[in-house]
Amino acid sequence: MCLAVPAKITHIDKSGQGTAGYMGSEVKVNLALVPQARRGDWVIIHAGFAISVMDAKEARETLRLFKELAAAQDEGA
Amino acid sequence: MKELRNPAALRSLLSDIEEKSKKIGRAPRLMEVCGTHTMALFKSGLTPLLAEAGVEMVSGPGCPVCITPNAIHEAAIAIVTGTEGVTLATFGDMTRVPTRKGSLQTAVPARDSRMRIVYSPEEALNEARRDPARKVVFYGAGFETTIPAIAYTVRQAAAEGLRNYSVLPALWLVPPALRAILEAGEAAVDGFIYPGHVSAVIGAEPYEFVAREFGVPGAIAGFEPGDILLAIRSVLEQAVEGKPRVALEYSRAIGREGNPVARALMDEVLEPFDASWRGLGVIPASGLRFRKEFAAFGAGPRFGLKESGDDRDLAGCRCGEVLRGVVRPEGCRLFGTKCLPDSPLGPCMVSYEGACLIHFKYGGERRARS
Repeated sequence: MCLAVPAKITHIDKSGQGTAGYMGSEVKVNLALVPQARRGDWVIIHAGFAISVMDAKEARETLRLFKELAAAQDEGA
Repeated sequence: MKELRNPAALRSLLSDIEEKSKKIGRAPRLMEVCGTHTMALFKSGLTPLLAEAGVEMVSGPGCPVCITPNAIHEAAIAIVTGTEGVTLATFGDMTRVPTRKGSLQTAVPARDSRMRIVYSPEEALNEARRDPARKVVFYGAGFETTIPAIAYTVRQAAAEGLRNYSVLPALWLVPPALRAILEAGEAAVDGFIYPGHVSAVIGAEPYEFVAREFGVPGAIAGFEPGDILLAIRSVLEQAVEGKPRVALEYSRAIGREGNPVARALMDEVLEPFDASWRGLGVIPASGLRFRKEFAAFGAGPRFGLKESGDDRDLAGCRCGEVLRGVVRPEGCRLFGTKCLPDSPLGPCMVSYEGACLIHFKYGGERRARS
């Protein structure tokens, strides 16, 4: 229902309007719903608005889990 | 996040899932509430693999274009055909929903009126700012993910005194719909995969009643194949242990508390009411409408639209039953015969989140077998 994409904030102007890099291009992103967002943060963007700031530590944890899952499977195969 | 598509990792999760589903003893039936999850499951080819692992996935009501009843789509058509100097802005797939009055795409706008497809409601607000003589209406359908963005445009319009901006709302809340599905019982759901981006706004708490009152497990999932399998594994684990809860398997993107800023904005501008959904009927406190202070921004009163009690789907369309999870798209006689992506007879075949379109595009193997 709610296609949204992760993107990294590359710039925030004085009015609070953000710019984010997404698949090699720059997109405008409204940051009104994530006042805590800073340049360099990854956010989830839906319909032009960032709705969530991503957690780098949790993202690393997810990556670690999947590397383990893959390794376990390769050993088992 | 290519690791979340790593075939070895996915195989490992699938074998965990198979093991757990065997322990349950019968094929568990899980509802993916969100249409974007349906799309991810089909596109990645996971649906048949999950069936082999003993898990049946059923699509739920998570397609805002689909659950918006035809009466509202017809109201949008009435605005753009009946008033001069209107821009009716909306998301792309809203324009193709077939009704007894045609679709927004086939409608002939009144003089100097036009349709405009936008990606963000802010684009509609910007047009209203640029051209004060033009009446700009945003036809906004969405769940909690989208609602804050729409509420933002209305609060801005009020603050700036923009009298030429209005919104035709079709705003839906997920948790009351889940309660309706559970109370009806006909979908026989053993667990829920909760929508990740709705949850980014509402958090985990609004689903707690599902575990507490109905004993049904669930997990909030992201949209990579690995995310969805992690959530399915968690749901089955809860079922095996007999400890239903709301697990969060998308913690890199959202927290259990959701987004309080977005919720406060929704609450400032909108209030719940008993809304009528396609297929599910009237559900208590399941829709949002403008609070009194913002009522002037509602397109209904502004364009003198009357509430029409006459709400009908096109003959034979079973989209409503598909949305309740009681009929699979393949169970509809029109599916793939008279109802096709190029000539849809209902919104489930229109929206990129509609179960019928997704099954038609990506479910070839299953169709051939059935």
